[in-house]
Amino acid sequence: MAFIASRRNKNKNDKNEKPGLPVLRFFAFVGKTVIAWVDNMGAAAVFLWLALWQIFRRKQFAKTVTQIYYIGARSITIIMLVSLFTGMVLGLQAHHALTKFGAAGAVGSLVALSLIMELGPVLTAIMITARAGSAIAAEIGIQRISEQIDALHTMRINPMRYIVSPKISAAIISFPLLTAVFDLVGILGGYISSVLLLGLNPGVYWHSAKVYVEMADITNGFIKSIVFAVIVATVCCYQGYFAHMRRDSHGAQAVGLATTSAVVISCVLILVSDYVVTSLLL
Amino acid sequence: MNTPLIEFKDVTKRFGDKTVLDRVNLQIYEGQVTTIIGLSGSGKSVLLKHIIGLLEPDEGAIFFRGKPLNQMKKPELAQSFAGISYMFQGNALFDSLTVYDNIALPLRETTHLKKTEIHRRVLSRMKQTELTEAASKYPSELSGGMQKRAALARALITDPQIVLFDEPTTGQDPVRKNAILSMIAQNQRKLNFTAVLVSHEIPDVYFISNRILALYDRRIVFQGTPEELENFNHPFMDEVISSLEGLQKELTGLYSKRQFELLNHVQMKRRKGGETFCLVIFSLGELNALLSQVGHDAAQEILRDMGLFIDKHFGAIGGVSTRRAANEILTMLPYSSLEETQSIMEDFIVDFRRQVIPAIEAGACKFALGDAVELTVMAGVAEGEAKADVDALLNLARSNQKEIGRLQCASGGTSS
Repeated sequence: MAFIASRRNKNKNDKNEKPGLPVLRFFAFVGKTVIAWVDNMGAAAVFLWLALWQIFRRKQFAKTVTQIYYIGARSITIIMLVSLFTGMVLGLQAHHALTKFGAAGAVGSLVALSLIMELGPVLTAIMITARAGSAIAAEIGIQRISEQIDALHTMRINPMRYIVSPKISAAIISFPLLTAVFDLVGILGGYISSVLLLGLNPGVYWHSAKVYVEMADITNGFIKSIVFAVIVATVCCYQGYFAHMRRDSHGAQAVGLATTSAVVISCVLILVSDYVVTSLLL
Repeated sequence: MNTPLIEFKDVTKRFGDKTVLDRVNLQIYEGQVTTIIGLSGSGKSVLLKHIIGLLEPDEGAIFFRGKPLNQMKKPELAQSFAGISYMFQGNALFDSLTVYDNIALPLRETTHLKKTEIHRRVLSRMKQTELTEAASKYPSELSGGMQKRAALARALITDPQIVLFDEPTTGQDPVRKNAILSMIAQNQRKLNFTAVLVSHEIPDVYFISNRILALYDRRIVFQGTPEELENFNHPFMDEVISSLEGLQKELTGLYSKRQFELLNHVQMKRRKGGETFCLVIFSLGELNALLSQVGHDAAQEILRDMGLFIDKHFGAIGGVSTRRAANEILTMLPYSSLEETQSIMEDFIVDFRRQVIPAIEAGACKFALGDAVELTVMAGVAEGEAKADVDALLNLARSNQKEIGRLQCASGGTSS
């Protein structure tokens, strides 16, 4: 952890060094930005590795269960609400579009495949980022600026083991489970809008959903959700953990900005990695 | 002296282009209370964080039992730091954990002790630090003083060999400050750990410190006993000590030991041969018994109330008072003979019994813990001439001490 901190400190101290000519300043700016970005990616990767290393240490089970409650269980309501309306909109749009081509019977499969392969993992990850990811970044950020993390060091308690690792393992467990909930409730939402409200035959809806969804689609959806869990938990913990080293702010403001960065970076990385993972899996 | 427990050799620390510590050299010895004094922002906390490894020096070396930290391997380094506890200036308590859980945290996470043993140790520390009733409260629900005590309990729960206290009395009123300092001193004597304090509380830290380190202009400019610091001739004394002592006079109404001795010196120079002066020494019971009977907060409240009354009474006739020891107040009457002083004391004792004792019993005793206790207030007078040895006179005054009143102290206050 010390080398990550020293690297970030070095960047922080270098901020006033500017070459003379404007053109050089431009290249220096681009160079520094790229180096800082690569630095951060490397540091975050090391950060993740150090946290994963601690997952199976003793006394971690209870902490992980607690975090599953905060990250997972307490997100169920919002996930169900979002997935219900996502499924309903999907059912509505699919029925409207497919009826034009005389293919209303495919509504079930379209809703189910869209949710299982794409919308379920992505929207679940984004919703958890908004609800739990921001809380993780803020909580760790406050622990950092109020010297609670330093206090752990002085008590010989590894902060990666005590704070970060349970959150990452809890996210890895919670994300696929919440994705499954999202998928099921979403398919039910599609049923409500297309069958109950628009009069599609219920047998056709369920048959179509069952026939066209393969096990590989479900597995791919869960693989995505695990990838998103690692990304979201790492980014949010990392932003909070190093909130005190931000170049743009200090103290409470740094925690606020770290929280914002955590949510924004997580959302962007979810969408970027979604494309990468999809292209690898298909 | 033996090999220092901790030694800094030419330690320099910079943050960016700002040098905070510049070739700092210091020694900390085992079993002692060492206090680092200096102005705010002078780098005292930075210095303390180097000892526990939260910061590393840019130049120079830190030695632990004669071995440089930067040459130790990881396991050896971990072993060196294992016996060190740190009490943070801002307490650094976990705000999502109760007081009990905060105190139990180091034992739960770093030992293999059974739950029952952890429970026993935590209860014992909470009782010692007067926190039993706050066990299930969260840090945000506690007063500043209680938070400090919780942080102290957490720092001591692992029975450390070295405890670092970063401004343990910051943000406390004068009474609480003395209560925390006396709690540290009492625990240090009981558990025999090495204590390193960062503090502004001059002269109160002198009562509990074996050694003082003065940090001034990024360097350690003085290392020695509190008595040696009194004779230290350096700009540090004017800029730091005098300003802190002035603040102390405003807060407590009593002169610092140094100011008292300066005034004494001036008064004595004016004396002609054969003229006499008197010293009166007041004390409140035996300190350790007092602390264990009424608790730190009540003991300090009682001493403060006594000090204010003594200063008011004798100040009106030219007397100068100072806190000589943790449970002693010394008053000098520069123009009085023994006969006059004894007559003044008779009036004082009447007023003290009539006004002060009931006021203390109804006020300061509210903070007392446990069952009702009786505390004895003693006073002794000694007369001397201009060139008399003050220490000899003090001993004479102590041997002349007689009881001047008794306090009936019970939790919630009593009046008798």
